[in-house]
Amino acid sequence: MNRIDATFERLRGKGEKAFIAYIMAGDPSLQDTETLVLVLERAGADVIELGVPFSDPIADGPVIQRAAERALRSGTSLRKILQAVKTLRTRTQIPLVLMAYYNTIHALGEGAFCKQAVEAGIDGLIVPDMPPEEAGPLEPAAAETGLRLIFLLAPTSTAVRRNMVARRSRGFLYYVSLTGITGAKLTDLADVGRNVAKIRRVADVPVAVGFGIATAQDAAQVAGIADGVIVGSAIVRQVGEHQNHPGLADRVGQFVQSLKAAMKAA
Amino acid sequence: MATIPDQHGRFGAYGGRYVPETLMPAILELEQAYLKARCDRAFQVELAHYLTLYVGRPTPLYFAERLTKRLSGAKIYLKREDLCHTGAHKINNSIGQVLLARRMKKKRVIAETGAGQHGVATATAAAMFGMACEVYMGTEDMQRQALNVFRMRLLGATVTGVEAGSRTLKDAINEAMRDWTTNVRTTNYILGSVLGPHPYPMMIRDFQSIIGREARKQVLAEQGRLPDYLVACVGGGSNSIGLFHAFLKDRGVRMVGVEAGGLGLESGKHAARFAGGRPGVLHGTMTYLLQDDDGQINLTHSVSAGLDYAAVGPEHSFYHDADRIRYTSATDDEALAAFDLLTCEEGIMPALESAHAVAEVVKLAPRLKKKHVIVVNLSGRGDKDVQQVARIKGVTL
Repeated sequence: MNRIDATFERLRGKGEKAFIAYIMAGDPSLQDTETLVLVLERAGADVIELGVPFSDPIADGPVIQRAAERALRSGTSLRKILQAVKTLRTRTQIPLVLMAYYNTIHALGEGAFCKQAVEAGIDGLIVPDMPPEEAGPLEPAAAETGLRLIFLLAPTSTAVRRNMVARRSRGFLYYVSLTGITGAKLTDLADVGRNVAKIRRVADVPVAVGFGIATAQDAAQVAGIADGVIVGSAIVRQVGEHQNHPGLADRVGQFVQSLKAAMKAA
Repeated sequence: MATIPDQHGRFGAYGGRYVPETLMPAILELEQAYLKARCDRAFQVELAHYLTLYVGRPTPLYFAERLTKRLSGAKIYLKREDLCHTGAHKINNSIGQVLLARRMKKKRVIAETGAGQHGVATATAAAMFGMACEVYMGTEDMQRQALNVFRMRLLGATVTGVEAGSRTLKDAINEAMRDWTTNVRTTNYILGSVLGPHPYPMMIRDFQSIIGREARKQVLAEQGRLPDYLVACVGGGSNSIGLFHAFLKDRGVRMVGVEAGGLGLESGKHAARFAGGRPGVLHGTMTYLLQDDDGQINLTHSVSAGLDYAAVGPEHSFYHDADRIRYTSATDDEALAAFDLLTCEEGIMPALESAHAVAEVVKLAPRLKKKHVIVVNLSGRGDKDVQQVARIKGVTL
């Protein structure tokens, strides 16, 4: 069974929500990423998203832009990330999802990418600049290899699009909590609640909410309305601030622990 | 060929809509609004009104007699887009899109700009219609096109510098797309070239294709026949597709698109996407891109900010593969020499972008016979580049 599906099923059995932690692969180095994945798992993350750095990340705010720049400076590429994942798989079975802009996948070839990603131990894929309309080459390749192709919905999505994305998203569905880019501030939680409820009526897969979730309180509140809580920029900011510090792993671990604890208490 | 793009915004394998979900509804709405406006007579009458009385169309097709003599080959005609209000063809598109934004009841427009011409054109149209306008521009470009930055500010626009990547056009588009993603409900993004997600490449081509429709009539009236060659510079590719489009079915008319050769193709410092790139996805569209093996977008170089961009419009990629348009490049030095040549021979100072097209004419015309006719798109005037040219020549103003 795919690790994402298994994890959501296990959590559902316990009445818990998934904590999904995002870090940029290769920030500040791929060696750090290997360490951080294990730290995040120990701190309570249920799924880990690994960002693939791209030179032109149009969906990302300054925090993740800077992280991508650091990762590219350290020589990170999709190929090297898959190598690192292969190594990691000898030490952890936590579900791993790649978040990659389309061109980094296209450069490798859609079919070859899916094959290599699954062989390395990747479970799911999010492509922030690929709406379902453009998934022609990737969707069948993902389905064939068992890679879960996760689509996104946003506050601006219409009912027609909600139905389409709900039908096609695999693993889980990523609801973007706000009209904006990563790292923006979440202001309208009631609106998120209403939209997640609408999505749940048409989606068979779990619904996870991301963008703008920065504090333990945010995480606890979103856990009350969705199946999963995705935290990206807030964790990446910790990595950025402590990147040259020997206590990097501890700091990030403590931060994630505090979010996960708040979710459980909610 | 007139039927492209298809309903998915595809020019063969190129184009499409690779954007975040947040923008998809807005892009579909924009497409619907545009398709409606395109066949609405009232919209076309309004557009024609502003193009005639505000922009100053039709622009002349001017026989460059001295340049023709000097190169002693084909007859050279200049399509004088430099005479448009604000000094370049960009306003043809800005007026069209701002009129559309007004119909869509948007209160704010944003734009990216490289050379500053599209920013100035959009700030101008926004000022005329009383709309808020914010223009994103790489800080490297702000420095080399300081005059245009000041013009935009005089027009009441906010100019926001982008301090990322190569600090040029690519980075300005990234930031404009982020702004649009955040403010999509109130704001229209006025893209400046035949780039980005569908419907932009189609819509902007339509707005710019007036250049070729006029030129076709003018050259027929003047010469009694169609030209042998059309030449235009290609950054994103809006002035070139604008000139070429009305001639695509005329099999005898050859077309040459001139990309920025920068310091030379072998130097790696250029923006020649067809010579040095391969297909990929940037800024919402599948097209030829300058990128590395991992799909990271390369930094580009050109003396002209308007050509300094890693991607080319998807329709160009289609005509490149179909062998309908030939693409070549001119180096910084060749463009600067052409700038001097046209200035001295004709008393017309071209924009450094357009000087790349003139540089190709310098190579092409002497190889042709006197009976042959070349139409070159003089897409913009060089006033904005005077400071930059002085800097290059080591002259302190």
